[in-house]
Formats: sequence, C-alpha cells, structure tokens
Amino acid sequence: MAFATCAIAAVSPFVLVALNSAKKSEEIVQDPLSLPSSLGQLATNYGGVMENSNFDYWSSFATSLIVTVASLSLLTLFSSMAAWVLCRFKTRLSSFIFMAFVAAMVIPFQAVMLPLLSTLRALQDFTGIKFLQSIGGLVFAYMRFGGSLAIFVIHGFVKGIPYELEEAATIDGCSHEGVFFRMIFPLLRPIQVTVVILDGIWIWNDFLLPSLMPGLSGGIKTLPVAAVSFIGSYVKQWDLILSASALAMIPIIILFIFAQRQIIQGMVDGAIK
Amino acid sequence: MFLAPLVLSFLATVMTPFILGVFYSMTDWTGVKCENFVGLENYAKMFKTNDYIYSHVITAIFTVMNMFLVNALGFALALLCSSKIRGKQAYRMAFFIPNLIGGIVLGYVWQFIFNKVLLSASGGVSMLSDPNLALSSIVIVSAWQYSGYIMMIYYTGLQTVPTDVLEAAQIDGANTLQTMARIKIPMISQTFTVCIFLTLVNSFKQFDLNLAITAGAPSRLVGMGVYHSTEFLALNIYNTVIGKNQYALGQTKAVVFFVLLAAVSLAQVAISKRKEVEM
Repeated sequence: MAFATCAIAAVSPFVLVALNSAKKSEEIVQDPLSLPSSLGQLATNYGGVMENSNFDYWSSFATSLIVTVASLSLLTLFSSMAAWVLCRFKTRLSSFIFMAFVAAMVIPFQAVMLPLLSTLRALQDFTGIKFLQSIGGLVFAYMRFGGSLAIFVIHGFVKGIPYELEEAATIDGCSHEGVFFRMIFPLLRPIQVTVVILDGIWIWNDFLLPSLMPGLSGGIKTLPVAAVSFIGSYVKQWDLILSASALAMIPIIILFIFAQRQIIQGMVDGAIK
Repeated sequence: MFLAPLVLSFLATVMTPFILGVFYSMTDWTGVKCENFVGLENYAKMFKTNDYIYSHVITAIFTVMNMFLVNALGFALALLCSSKIRGKQAYRMAFFIPNLIGGIVLGYVWQFIFNKVLLSASGGVSMLSDPNLALSSIVIVSAWQYSGYIMMIYYTGLQTVPTDVLEAAQIDGANTLQTMARIKIPMISQTFTVCIFLTLVNSFKQFDLNLAITAGAPSRLVGMGVYHSTEFLALNIYNTVIGKNQYALGQTKAVVFFVLLAAVSLAQVAISKRKEVEM
C-alpha cells in the first residue's frame, strides 16, 4: 500500500501540470489543486502557446526531431564502423585512438564548451561550412559527444562476435566493406538500440549545447531551448508556462508508453557497461 | 577510412577545444581574442574569489545529500519491485518516467509546485526563499528524477542473484534481514559501485535543475559576504561566462572542474579493478 502511495507521489507532478494547464491564470493562483472548470480552456492555452512566436512549437519540435534523428543515424553508423575497425585491426595507433575516445568520456562539457565555440568559428571561417547557427553543426557536435560512449559499448559487443564468421566470409570472397555492411552491421542491432536510446534521450533533452551553439536568440531552437526562451519571457504566467512544459514533455511520454521495455533495458545496459 | 568521420569530429570538438581550453585558462582571453599570457594568475585569482569557494562547498553538500538519498530510495524501491506484488510493471513505469524528461522542463514544473501548490497548501512562505530549504528542494527534485533510474539498475542487479542460493539460505533458516545483509548486498556489490559513482558524477555535474529551479537564488549571508546560496559549480562557471563575460576566468574554473571529475573517475576505475580481483 505504501508502495502505491509512493508511485502516486511520483507521478503527481505530471497530474498537476495536466490539471493546471487547462485553467486560466487566475484560477491557478486561487487554487492550484482544484479541477479545471472547463475543458475549452485547455485548447485555448495550448493553442496560444503553440502559436506564440517565442515558442513556435511545431518548428522547434521539427528542429529537435531532425537534430535527434540525424545525430543518431550518423552516430550509430560511424561509431559502429569505428568500433569494428578499432576492435579488429589491432595496431598501436588503433589502441591509442580507442583509449583517447574512452578517456574523453571524463571531460565534462563545461570544460570544452567555450573553446569549442571558437574552434568551430575558426573552422567555419576556414572551410566556409556553417557550423554555428546551423543544424548541421549541432549534429556534428552531437556525433562526437555521443561517440565516446557509443564506441565503448559497441567495441565490447564486437569482441563477442566470433572472428571465424568474418574469416569464412573473406574466404568466400567478401571484401572488408562487404563483411562490415552485410554481416557485422546487422549483427550489431541489439547494441545499436541501446546506443540510440541512451544518446537519444540525452540529445532530445539537452539544453546547454543547443543554447550556446545556435544561440538562445537565434532562429534555430530545439524544444528545451524554445521552452526556456518562452518561459523566460512570461515570468509568473503559470497557465502559459505549464502548457509549454506539458507540450515539451508530451512527445517523450508518448514514446515511452510505446517502447518502455526497450527504453528501460537500454538505459540500464548503458549504465552497467 | 572507416575511422575518419569520428576521428575528425573528435579532433574538432574535443581534442582541440580541450587543449585550447587549458591554454586559454592561462591567458587574458575575452572570448574573441587573447593578448597576454598570464601564467597561473587566473588560478590564483579564482581561489581568492569567495563565491567560487562557496560553490565548491555547496556542491559538495548537495552531492553527498543527493548521493545518499538517491541510492537509498533507489535500492528500497528495487527491493519492493523485485518482491511479489501486483502491478510491478506499472510501478516501474511510474518511477522511471521523470528520468526521461529534461531537467530544464522538470525544473520549471517543480518551481510551480514549490511556489504555488505547496505554498497554498501550507499558507506559509515558499521553500525556495530560504537558503537551506531551497537546497533541500533541489535535492528532492533531483532524487525524484533520478531514483527511478537507479532503482532499475539495482533491480537488474538483484535479478542476477541466483535463486538456488536464496533457497539454500532459506532452508538454513536465514531471515529476510540476514539474506539481505549476507547474500544480496555482497553479491551485487559491483552494482553498488556503479550506482554510487553514477550518482556522484551526476550530482556533481548538476546544472539543468539548478538553473531552472533556483538559478542560484536566494542569497545567503556568510560573514561579511553575500552569496548565491544554491549556485553549484556548473552554474557558477556558466554565470561567470554568460553573466559576467569573464571568459578566461570561466575557462579556468572549467579546467578545475575537469580535474575534479577525472579524479573521481580514476577512483572508480581503481575500486572496480580491486573488486574484480577479489571475486
């Protein structure tokens, strides 16, 4: 019984958000625990927030989605490739690269965030490719920041795949690339799911990097950045703030309901390895 | 060839910035240009600023409180979840959900709860206006957000304890408490190491909740100085740069931040290695 109470307490903040996002500001201030008087207000609040130019829900939702999906696809592909090479072709250089990747996991984002901006600015001037203020640059950065963990986890998994399999394929006349793309890559599926979940949740929710790189005031905003800039401009307007929070939470809650087993499994595996 | 994409991006986003960062911390960098090499001056200056020292203290207090609370809660919930109760799945979901949502959004939601809901329920003042209570508020939210995750790791660990060992203990007349202390806890000691370090590192790096719930407020008087009572290290670095525009100083603090975290990670590796030898 006590357990049930705990569980209810755990989800109650979400219930409060849902309840209060369907009220007018005055109603919330009067009594935040009361039931909303009419459901029509819900649509008004959410509609208002969605259309607000500071939040611009659909465009920031799309940005978040593009950034997350693009980063994850590239990250999975490239880190699988790298992990496989690092695991199978052992030279002094390859073990050094692997160590460098693993060691870099320790570096907190704060330690590199400022020089990162100036490095990217220099790269931008040098190559003419836009790194700052662009979705591409953000994806490029995520690819790396997620890369350490991905390489580390996938590397461990590749070790478990018998080398004889690859030898057999090579004898049958398969090229290196063929061995990787036709055989290894599909075999890596389970561990890739783990990587996608771990890095996906982090990228989706990340605030600091997208707030620095494309900038809080810039045209490109991910959902967390949009939520902050929206909330920042409506201090104490709880009806709007809560509707905005709810809108920012809904996508991931829906995803969780459909894929909870995989998500929990993936996050736990990632922590243990 | 296969390595190229990640290695290139690694060089551009981590190695170069990291080396540059250490270099910048020894100059008078303004974010755009640096003119003079000043050696360790920034480091000396940094340790003389009291608000920075205060951030270290408050981060340490938060880390210890949070580590203890999250692990205690997580382990207790894991035990309950692995016992025979109905609707396990639903409970696990309920505890796990907060962990999936970004700290920024959760922070605003809880700010609402502390400032409006709990206020109208007690009729008093907001918890967030008292330095000590504000710190506890962040601990509460962080524990709420994080213990579901830690619970799942402990839960997975508990599943690996073989049932025949537990049955043997039961036949030998061990009670629940003895089974717990003598069998379950020792058998999952590796899981404890993982969880404790995970919470240690994460509490130490706490930024999102800190920014969204209190942003460092309220102020606290210590001796002659006024401090942001809940400004943790990560936020202190952020404010030094974004708020005060002191790029070189902020970068210096970030380097120290890295050194502290690296020390923690080395300790973790050393402890896990020693455990493996024992087993």
